[in-house]
Amino acid sequence: MQRIRLRYAKRGPLRFTSHRDFARAFERALRRAAVPIAFSQGFTPHPKISYASAAPTGVGSEAEYLEIGLQTETDPEELRVALDAALSPGLDVLEAVPAGAGSLADRIDASLWRLELFEVTPATAQEAVTAFLAAGEVLVERMTKQGRRTFDARAAVVRCMVVTEPDLPSGAGGVPCAIIDLVVRQVTPAVRPDDVLSGLRVVAGLEPPVPVRVTRLAQGTLTAQGEIVDPLEADRQGVGIGGH
Amino acid sequence: MSVSSVFPQLEQLLPRVSKPIQYVGGELGAVVKDWDATTVRWALMYPDAYEVGLPNQGVQILYEVLNEQPDVLAERTYAVWPDLEALMKEHGVPQFTVDAHRPVKAFDVLGLSFATELGYTNMLSALDLAQIPLESKDRTVDHPIVLAGGHASFNPEPIADFIDAAVLGDGEEAVLEITGIIREWKAEGRPGGRDEILLRLARTESIYVPRFYDVDYLPDGRIQRVVPNRPDVPFRVAKRTTMDLDAWPYPKKPLVPLAETVHERYAVEIFRGCTRGCRFCQAGMITRPVRERSITTVGQMVKEGLEFSGYSEVGLLSLSSADHSEIGDMCSGLAQQYADTNVSLSLPSTRVDAFNIELAQELSRNGRRTGLTFAPEGGSERIRKVINKMVTKEDLIRTVVTAYSNGWRQVKLYFMCGLPSETDEDVLEIADMAHEVIRAGREAAGTKDIRCTVSIGGFVPKPHTPFQWAKMDTPEVIDGRLRMLKQAINSDRSLGRAIGFRYHDGEPSLIEGLLSRGDRRVGKVIRRVWEKGGRFDGWSEHFSYARWVEACTEVLPDLGVDLDWYTTREREETEVLPWDHLDSGLDKDWLWQDWQDSMSEFEQDDCRWTPCFDCGVCPSMDTEIQIGPTGKKLLPLTPVNGLRVPV
Repeated sequence: MQRIRLRYAKRGPLRFTSHRDFARAFERALRRAAVPIAFSQGFTPHPKISYASAAPTGVGSEAEYLEIGLQTETDPEELRVALDAALSPGLDVLEAVPAGAGSLADRIDASLWRLELFEVTPATAQEAVTAFLAAGEVLVERMTKQGRRTFDARAAVVRCMVVTEPDLPSGAGGVPCAIIDLVVRQVTPAVRPDDVLSGLRVVAGLEPPVPVRVTRLAQGTLTAQGEIVDPLEADRQGVGIGGH
Repeated sequence: MSVSSVFPQLEQLLPRVSKPIQYVGGELGAVVKDWDATTVRWALMYPDAYEVGLPNQGVQILYEVLNEQPDVLAERTYAVWPDLEALMKEHGVPQFTVDAHRPVKAFDVLGLSFATELGYTNMLSALDLAQIPLESKDRTVDHPIVLAGGHASFNPEPIADFIDAAVLGDGEEAVLEITGIIREWKAEGRPGGRDEILLRLARTESIYVPRFYDVDYLPDGRIQRVVPNRPDVPFRVAKRTTMDLDAWPYPKKPLVPLAETVHERYAVEIFRGCTRGCRFCQAGMITRPVRERSITTVGQMVKEGLEFSGYSEVGLLSLSSADHSEIGDMCSGLAQQYADTNVSLSLPSTRVDAFNIELAQELSRNGRRTGLTFAPEGGSERIRKVINKMVTKEDLIRTVVTAYSNGWRQVKLYFMCGLPSETDEDVLEIADMAHEVIRAGREAAGTKDIRCTVSIGGFVPKPHTPFQWAKMDTPEVIDGRLRMLKQAINSDRSLGRAIGFRYHDGEPSLIEGLLSRGDRRVGKVIRRVWEKGGRFDGWSEHFSYARWVEACTEVLPDLGVDLDWYTTREREETEVLPWDHLDSGLDKDWLWQDWQDSMSEFEQDDCRWTPCFDCGVCPSMDTEIQIGPTGKKLLPLTPVNGLRVPV
């Protein structure tokens, strides 16, 4: 069985696709593209697909990952093109690489998120971020399946900074928009961008008037320098050798 | 005049509502066209939640047929849930289409498909959100033509104030004809305004424009007559019938949603119409004659539909699929073609005979066994004669036992409660039948581990059926019978344990009855209910019987009628019914005779296998039965090599 890892994006309106919605759409895309997917053994065979941690519903992503098993050797780039065409525009398959040793999950321990706060000035955002980073602990609340939970949103945050990129659209009609880049470690319970936003409210009373747009820009292995290494990097070294 | 997307405003609201994906579109098969490059623009609405509306075949077919026209644009809109409705009102976001998020108000036509009358309040919400006046008389030339279709439009009188026009029957050709009329009128510079375009539609004699007809009432509240109020529209409006379904193989590119919906499958209509003659069944009466799609067209549609959609389930739909003249070859052919795949095939199985089980077995060859459902509809032999469902108790037991001995462990049985002339005994016999099914089933299967589910719904008399004159039972009577039935099923502990019992209580059925056989006066009730917050009346968690009763009490007495008058009152032969000026092809005298036959428990055969019994449809509509067999077979599929890059 050949194993191939894919990186895909959830863009624009389709960021409202939930993980379950995506999984259904992906299985249909495999059939649309006639991908020779491998199936599990047993009474009700399931296609061999395993997902790395999926971005929450409503959050866009440029860096979602999954791995599939194939019955017959398939060219990764042809596979990428066929699957991308088989999915709705906005669910875009960006890269396909034959899987190397080790698991995808083991190579992912942090994410880089971009937060776009419309109608918030960079200065206001900076104040809140400074207060957040200065705090030793920021307790926030979230509803979970087990009920309301209180936990620390600060410790998992590796980096949180207001960025200024002149080429980024700053909202329509000159409305200010603060942009925050955020690196968060994968911990339990998970600290999501939403929780950090709750934290900014707790420490500095930051309440964006319109919903904050969140996009996952990267996920992967966190280096000592606080950088994130693409989990397909190690597999990419093996391109040319082919699959197994 | 170009029209911009409301998505930027909507997008701000979506993080705050449940299941936002249902509002963003992006389905496979969805079409977005340049607004300015088109001349006639349709917004198609299924007035229920997206998860129910998206799979609707009617809307999908019309969407595709319309969008195939280069100068025509069709988009879809669905009822928004109350959470989003409140936010849209607060932020001034109008009712939008999911395809390009254009405001519904900007389209030429808002076409609503009413599979059930319980969508009427959702239509009012949509009009209100769209900023279109609720009543036809208040609209100007710049508002869309609000057009009703679907089975409920065979009596659109309760919504006559809110719609501009209604189309009866098959839509494929009707939407193209309407498009042509609008195209021409627009090219001429919209002469004569709204009245003129509606008049042009009415002159086709198959589009009903309520404003051109007046209803007079008798002092006792009954209708005296319904007559045109101008000389140039027809006295009666006829239904449409699309002949030769092979020429209309839609949907070719089914809409495949990202959101989860009630049906995740590629559905092919294998024939349209039904002449079994079940007297309660409006669909079977108004869709005559039977028109089959041939085995080869069905095979082609399944192949292309699966390749396009990526679905792994196929539904072979119709009103009674086992009756297709080539159903045996169709099932074995498809089962063979998809034997080595994960595709599952299903046939909604309601016919009570062993042949049905053979078909089900054929379809489950590749391992996936779908449920078996039989619909005896009535508990006693007597009531089954009344409703013309010709099946004996012995047939049913034999059929179900065959299913159990062939490995099925679970069957579902469908019944109705509140049928004309029904007594407690008729309903209690359902318990005997279910007990007998389990007893015989355990013996046949050699195990105690079998189950059956009794599912029972309330009977609603519908226009254009022999039961259009019948009285309904009150919710108290219905609920009382259901309680007795439940007790009777559980009276034997051992057998009762193996029988599931599902029912709908009588209250929603009574309201459906009001809306089905109502006249124009009922429109005031619908509006009042909507003003009091009525939405999603097809959903038990949203439906409020008290709200409907209250609205009836407030509105109807001034009009000299009440809820009972519409529902629990039997009509006489000479009474003018609200839909008498709408022609389904069925001869009213024949319907009356069939109603009389029903009360004397006299059965009526199927005209596919016995001589014509003069229901009136074929001669008056200039149609004929179109059935096979063609004698053709499905050939094995050539296996695909390599990847397929969908376009």
